[in-house]
Amino acid sequence: MRGRPSLRLEIKETMLRYTINRVLLMIPTLIGVAVLVFFFLRIVPGDIVEVKLRGDGGTVSQATIEMERKRLGLDRPLITQFGEWMVGMATLDLGKSMWTERPVMQEIAGRLELSLQVAIMATIIAVLIAIPLGTMAALYRDSWIDYLMRIITIGGLSIPSFWLGMLIMLGLLSAFNWLPPISYTPIYVDPVANLTQLIWPALAVGYRYCAVAARMIRSSLLEVLNEDYIRTARAKGVFEKLVITRHALRNALLPAITVIGLEFTFLIGGLVVTEQVFNLNGIGMLFVQSVSRNDFTLIQGMVMLIAAFYVFVNLAVDLLYAVFDPRIRYD
Amino acid sequence: MTIVESRVGTQGQPRRDDGVGAVLLQVDDLHVQFETSRGAIRAVEGVNFSVDRGEVVAIVGESGSGKSVTALSIMRLLPRLTGRTQGRITFDGRNLLDLPDEEMRKLRGRDISMIFQEPMTSLNPILTIGLQIIEPLTIHLGMNEAQAKARAVELLQLVGIPDAAGRLDQYPHQFSGGMRQRVMIAIGLACNPKLVIADEPTTALDVTIQAQILELMKDLSRKLNIALIIITHNLGVVARYADRVIVMYAARVAEQGPAEAVFHRPRHPYTMGLLRSVPRLDRPRGTKLETIEGLVPNLAHATPGCRFAPRCPFRIDICATEPELQLTDTGGTARCHRHAEIAAGQIAWARSGSEVPNATVLSTQPLLSVRGLTKHFTVRTGFGAKKATVRAVENVNFDIYPGETVGLVGESGCGKTTVGRMILHLETPTDGEITFEGTDLVEASEAQLKAVRRKIQVIFQDPYSSLNPRMTVGQIIGEPLGVYKLAKSRSLADQRVEELLGQVGLRPEMTARYPHQLSGGQRQRVGIARALAMEPSFIVCDEAVSALDVSIQGQIINLLEDLQQRLGLSYLFIAHDLAVVRHISMRVIVMYFGRIMEVADRDALYREALHPYTKVLLDAAPIPDPTIEKSRAPRLIKGELPSHLAPPTGCVFNTRCPMASEECRVTIPVLEEKRPGHFAACIKI
Repeated sequence: MRGRPSLRLEIKETMLRYTINRVLLMIPTLIGVAVLVFFFLRIVPGDIVEVKLRGDGGTVSQATIEMERKRLGLDRPLITQFGEWMVGMATLDLGKSMWTERPVMQEIAGRLELSLQVAIMATIIAVLIAIPLGTMAALYRDSWIDYLMRIITIGGLSIPSFWLGMLIMLGLLSAFNWLPPISYTPIYVDPVANLTQLIWPALAVGYRYCAVAARMIRSSLLEVLNEDYIRTARAKGVFEKLVITRHALRNALLPAITVIGLEFTFLIGGLVVTEQVFNLNGIGMLFVQSVSRNDFTLIQGMVMLIAAFYVFVNLAVDLLYAVFDPRIRYD
Repeated sequence: MTIVESRVGTQGQPRRDDGVGAVLLQVDDLHVQFETSRGAIRAVEGVNFSVDRGEVVAIVGESGSGKSVTALSIMRLLPRLTGRTQGRITFDGRNLLDLPDEEMRKLRGRDISMIFQEPMTSLNPILTIGLQIIEPLTIHLGMNEAQAKARAVELLQLVGIPDAAGRLDQYPHQFSGGMRQRVMIAIGLACNPKLVIADEPTTALDVTIQAQILELMKDLSRKLNIALIIITHNLGVVARYADRVIVMYAARVAEQGPAEAVFHRPRHPYTMGLLRSVPRLDRPRGTKLETIEGLVPNLAHATPGCRFAPRCPFRIDICATEPELQLTDTGGTARCHRHAEIAAGQIAWARSGSEVPNATVLSTQPLLSVRGLTKHFTVRTGFGAKKATVRAVENVNFDIYPGETVGLVGESGCGKTTVGRMILHLETPTDGEITFEGTDLVEASEAQLKAVRRKIQVIFQDPYSSLNPRMTVGQIIGEPLGVYKLAKSRSLADQRVEELLGQVGLRPEMTARYPHQLSGGQRQRVGIARALAMEPSFIVCDEAVSALDVSIQGQIINLLEDLQQRLGLSYLFIAHDLAVVRHISMRVIVMYFGRIMEVADRDALYREALHPYTKVLLDAAPIPDPTIEKSRAPRLIKGELPSHLAPPTGCVFNTRCPMASEECRVTIPVLEEKRPGHFAACIKI
């Protein structure tokens, strides 16, 4: 038993060091994103003040506009504005929305809860269905099960989520003469009301997600089933079920984890149209609004948030890889 | 009929019903067919053999002979959708082919286990070694976790893995190839099976490790009375370890019998041919390697009659009808109409007779001269920024003269390929110089290099992956002609390609073929033609024949020798097979762990090796002669190649050397001329 505890310790230590390294590496990545977002936004023609004051067609004098610009700090040199924003970010202060004048953090927080919940629910639904679906398709390759799975997944890839969402709503309406509630109730206030509202958009986007993951699992499982170590497991007389779950699936899930992570980050900000269909006040909707209003601070804040999510999910995927695959821990 | 004959033949004494000597496995009229997009392939046709309890049986044959398919069909591990198996496989009184899946699963790993060729990929990379050994114990023997763990430690100790308890929690990538194969054996032996099938168990391993693994398997088989089927193409391994030999050719059994009989009195022309085409360590080189002309038949379009007939020099009219396996005078069986004539000595392969033209060095001025050649790689050892230096090649010096062949031998990781890559300018040396025809390649300018580079060519090991699959043979060979403007016009280039094909013994119509349409030997010929297209004076042959079957290997070696004679080429012949190196080389360099251990003329080296490592290497390679092999005591080299991250101090070989003393751990030996023209790096000589 000599050497065992120290080995475990070593793994923990290297993992910890690796995680810290990766977290530190996020800082330059996020700074790069910040630079790009800030300056690209300034290149885009259009001005928030004009949109805000002249948007309704009224006539506003140039002097008023200049005054408003000055009030919002838009007249100062770009570099000063950028510096101020960066300093604010370091203290987790993303500034105020130029439109509503409420703190960006507050604007986002209200929507993030909903978007995050839909994304997580969609992920759970997708993974729960994709693993058995992809596995069955691989095990019964070229049989009717496989063909059925192909039909299901091609449907998932080609049917837009918002359209599926509309079908779901219409279906609910015609079958039960019922529509999900329109106003959002947080899950900690009333779980039932919350779930009856959010399960539908989660299903609508989860379908596509599930299709992507299932196809990935199918193809990587087929590859793994051809590996020599699967033959070894069978030669040992391991139960076929165990061959699949313990020996094959664990290896096959590795590439699927990457796809699942990527899709998850997409769901955070990318549900623009689906949110419209279900009338959800999520991040996607806020994003569209802020872009059409040229609300620089809000757009910047949301891009940074999504970028941070992206980087974090990537790290989580890499760490999960290390948990699943011992070879990663050492090199 | 044939089955009865073979049983009587192999046994020659009344059988008991149990214990040693009783039939354990009986394969009757086994047929395996694969459905492929190119039609049905009959991979095994009418194979009969039996294995007694505790017996060691070797199945030998070249690639595509059906030996692995036979093994997998015993285990019923062939792909279900494409493979069809017919016949009877009786194991311990039950027909395996009739068993329900669940019954078969219970047998696998319990009574029959299998060890596969590739130790690097045969273990699950994400499960601990411990779990992988414990699995069959808990499944078949119903042990609880603690019992199984205790047994796993015992098994690892049995197969010679030090610190067994501590290694249960480790993963396969933390083990070397040899150690992984030991783990595979431990898994195979876990439930005390009655039969172990080992499919090329040591092909992927170095000679010294091969000897360790095979001795271990043989020992355990004797001790535990386990029957062993060794599948291999290495006749030396067969001679040393097998009681009985089954020779397969093109999906059929060509001959079988006791090892001594098959090796000394073969009764099938194929066996006879195979035995003479192996380059041997114990026979002086003088003549060209004998070969079996032609190719193994395509199993998708098999012709009727004897499968070997198209390549057989003793073919007569009756060979157009399929011969049965017949009892021969040696007590074995052979599938040949003329076995009696062979027995009577009326048929024997004619010696090709052509003496190896006395290759001579064409000049006293070296063509290639390597001085102080060193290559260090920096590697990261973990997540941390700590970097380590791997000394892949350390201070290597040698010369190659025009018209000379120098063999470079050593085990994997000894740096022999890195030396070749540096000469080819594919790797930049850390230090040292490489002078070719007076130009220092390390310092040379681009222009100088371009002129010289054409003259140094390479033939790679793997004829499958070193040719671009999307180019025709003509394009592959013709490409350098265009790049270096070696042909003035398109038609001249085409002409040159045909000429080159002719030089390597391929027909002109090959130009339009793609690599996948060629056999391994043909591909290697294309690789040689491509190298020759550049009109080189020096060719690095990096394991150029080690991926080829024995009968094809001989053809390629003879071709290389011919070309050398005709074109005045020099070769650096990098290989791990000592017998092949001995055959082709004039001088031999032995490397170990990045350093040269010994340099000598071929005959001096093989007659009287000075360095203990060379001795060990020569000793570990089995000779295809059962009488010699079985009388030879196992003199095993202990241990494994040290880690490049923690190299030994002093002499790099001291950790495994039988002669090592305290002094060896502190002094780095210099390569000195111990006898005229015979250099060795050892302080004990």
